[in-house]
Amino acid sequence: MNQKNAEKHILSLMVENQPGVLSRIAGLFSGRGFNIESLCVAETAEADVSRITLVTCGDMGVIEQIQKQLNKLINVIKVVDFTDTPFVQRDLALIKVRAKPEHRAEILRITDIFRGRVVDVGSEYYTLEVTGDLDKIEAILGLLRPIGIKEIARTGTIALPREKRK
Amino acid sequence: MDTIFGYPGAAVIDIYDALVKTDFKHVLVRHEQGAVHAADGYARASGKVGVCLVTSGPGATNTVSGIATAHADSIPLVLFTGQVPTGLIGNDAFQEVDIVGITRPCTKHNYLITKIEDLARTIREAFHIARSGRPGPVLVDLPKDMMALKTDFEPAKSVKLKSYQPNYKPNVRQLGKVVELIKKAKRPLILAGGGVILSKAAGELKKFAEAIESPVTTTLMGLGAFPTETPKWLGMIGMHGTYRANMASGNCDLMIAIGVRFDDRVTGKIDAFAPKAKIVHIDIDPTSIRKNIPVAIPVVGDCSETLKMLNELISAQVEGVFNGSRGAWFDQIGEWKSTKKLDYRQTDVIKPQYVVETLHRLTKGEAIITTEVGQNQMWAAQYYHFDRPNCFITSGGLGCMGFGLPAAIGAQMACPDKVVVDIAGDGSIQMNIQELATAVQYGLPVKVVILNNQYLGMVRQWQELFYDRCYAGTCMEHAPDFLKLAEAYGAVGLRATRPEEVEPVLREGLSTPRTVIMEFKVEKEENVYPMVPAGAPITEMLLV
Repeated sequence: MNQKNAEKHILSLMVENQPGVLSRIAGLFSGRGFNIESLCVAETAEADVSRITLVTCGDMGVIEQIQKQLNKLINVIKVVDFTDTPFVQRDLALIKVRAKPEHRAEILRITDIFRGRVVDVGSEYYTLEVTGDLDKIEAILGLLRPIGIKEIARTGTIALPREKRK
Repeated sequence: MDTIFGYPGAAVIDIYDALVKTDFKHVLVRHEQGAVHAADGYARASGKVGVCLVTSGPGATNTVSGIATAHADSIPLVLFTGQVPTGLIGNDAFQEVDIVGITRPCTKHNYLITKIEDLARTIREAFHIARSGRPGPVLVDLPKDMMALKTDFEPAKSVKLKSYQPNYKPNVRQLGKVVELIKKAKRPLILAGGGVILSKAAGELKKFAEAIESPVTTTLMGLGAFPTETPKWLGMIGMHGTYRANMASGNCDLMIAIGVRFDDRVTGKIDAFAPKAKIVHIDIDPTSIRKNIPVAIPVVGDCSETLKMLNELISAQVEGVFNGSRGAWFDQIGEWKSTKKLDYRQTDVIKPQYVVETLHRLTKGEAIITTEVGQNQMWAAQYYHFDRPNCFITSGGLGCMGFGLPAAIGAQMACPDKVVVDIAGDGSIQMNIQELATAVQYGLPVKVVILNNQYLGMVRQWQELFYDRCYAGTCMEHAPDFLKLAEAYGAVGLRATRPEEVEPVLREGLSTPRTVIMEFKVEKEENVYPMVPAGAPITEMLLV
C-alpha cells in the first residue's frame, strides 16, 4: 500500500447487532490489506445497533475505498469519518506499574497530573486508570516507562462528534 | 425460479423429502462444484437467480470455488447448505464446517438460520440481495433440526433492509457533465463490461454509441453487449484484446467505462492506461469506482437506467451536434484494424482458432458458448463473434478451470431450444468431466469441443515467452481417450486429427441431438495473440 500520504482516520460505524458482523469487518480489512490500528465495539442506545469505532490509516484513496467497502457490507448501516469534523475522542488505559517505595510518590504525582486514578494497590505494583486522547495516554506511558511498566491494557479509541455550538 | 441444482446428504434429507413433493425441477449433479457452476450457467443464460442445494461439511466446502466464481463475475445465486443440528454447532460434529465463516469473503452476504421463524424472511432477503444492485451469490446455512420443524407459512411481502439500498438512479448533474465531455471529445471510446449484460442494457448501449458516434470495446465479461458487425465494434480489450481496441484505449481522449471494474487483465500497467483520456466511470457498485483507476467523473447508478437517461439528455440536444467530428478517429481505427487484425497461420495441423471460426460459421453465431479457462477461453472470445448478450458464459474474474461443462448444463436447462457448446481444453475439461453423467441423465444435448493440445496451454505459453521454454508441470501426456470416455458415459464421441476433418466433425456433432464430445487434435504449441505481457502497458502487444 502506498503510505506516502497516509493519515490516521477515526471511522465510526453503525452496524446491525448480529453474530458475525465483527468478523465481516475484520475479514474485509485483512482480505484487502487495509490497516486497523484499534477497534472498539459496543451496543448503542438502540439494542439492535452497535457502534464500532475504528482507527485506520491510509491516503485519501485508501480511506475512500475503506468507507465504500464498509458501506457495501449488508450489516453496516452507516459509516462516518470523523476527520475534518469536530469530535471528542477517548482512550482508556489500565497500567500496572512497579511501585518501589522510593517511586510511589512520583507515581501518584504523575497520576494526579494526568487526572488518572489508582484502582489497585499491591505490595509491588500499582494499577492506574487513565483516560484521554491518544497523545495523553502516550505521554503518561512515556513518563512511567523509566519507573517500570509491567502490563498495559488499552481500549483503543472511541469517539463521538461534537454538538454544533450556537 | 423453477430449477435447483443439487446433491443430497444426511443434513439435507428433510429438504429433499419435501422437495420431491413440489414442482421444482431438481438436477442431480455429480460434484457440488458442478452444482454451483450449473446454477451459475443457468443464471447467466436466463438472467434469473440460480439456485443450489447441497449438504453440510464436504458438500458445502465443495461449493466454494463455484461461489467464488459467481462472486467475481457478479452472478446472482442463492445457495442452500445443510448444517449439523444447532445443538452440535461448534462441537466438530460429523460433516460440520463453518461454511458461513468460510464463504464470508466470497459471498455478497450469507446467513445461518437459528430460528425457524426467521426462515421465510431470510430466504426472501437472500433472493433480494442476490439479484439487486450489483448481483452476487448469497448463502443460507440450514441446520438439520431447523429443517425438521414445522411453522406457519408466512405470505410474501416486500423486502426492506435499512442498511442495503442500492442506488439505481444516477445523479443528473453528473450526467450533465458527461454530456459536456462527450461534446468536446474528438476521440471517444466506450468500454463496456459485464455490468451492461447484467443490467440488460445492451439496447441502450447501442443507441448511446450511435448517438455519440463512438467506437465500442468490451471486456471479456462484456462480450455480447454490442453487435460485432459494425465499424464501431473494436473487439475485446485487454491482455488478449485486439490491436485496435488496445490502441484505441491508449489514444482516446474520452473513455466512457460502463459496468466495468478495471481488472488488471484489462488495464495492463495502470499508470499507462488511457493516458490521454478523461475517464467517465458508470457503475452501480461505488467500490468499483476509483478502486484501480482515477476517474474524472464517477457516476453511481444502474447501467441500463444511466444509459437511458444519458440517451434522453443527448436526444434533447441540438441534433447532429456530434456528427462529422469523429471522421479522423474512425479512419485511425480502420487503419489499426487493417494492418494488425486478429490472425493465425493455417498449416497442415488443426489450428484451434480455425475450429472456433468454423463453429461460429456452422452455428450462425447463434449458439450459447461456455468456456473452460485458458487458451480455449481466449480463442472462444476472439473468434466466436458474440452479437447478443447472455450468449458468452465464461469464468472471467476468477478464471476457474472446470467451469465450462457444468455451466453448459445449466445454460441448456435454462434454454432447452438453444445450441449450447462448451469450448474446452484438454486440461480444464478434466476438472469437472464427471458432469457428463449429469448431461446424459437429463438428456441434455450439450456439445463439448475439446481443443486438445496435450498441454496446459496458457501456462505453457507464459513459460515459452517468459520462462525460457521451461515447461514445468504443463505437459499433459496422459489424458483419457475422450471418445471412449464419451461412450462410457453414454454420450457420443467424435474426433478430428486433420484440418479437413474439422468441419465434418463439427457438422456431425452439432446435428446429433445428444450429449456429444468432439475432440480436435490441435497444434500443440499454438499461442494466443495479441498478448500483453503481465504488467506492461496494454498498447505494447506481442503479435503473431
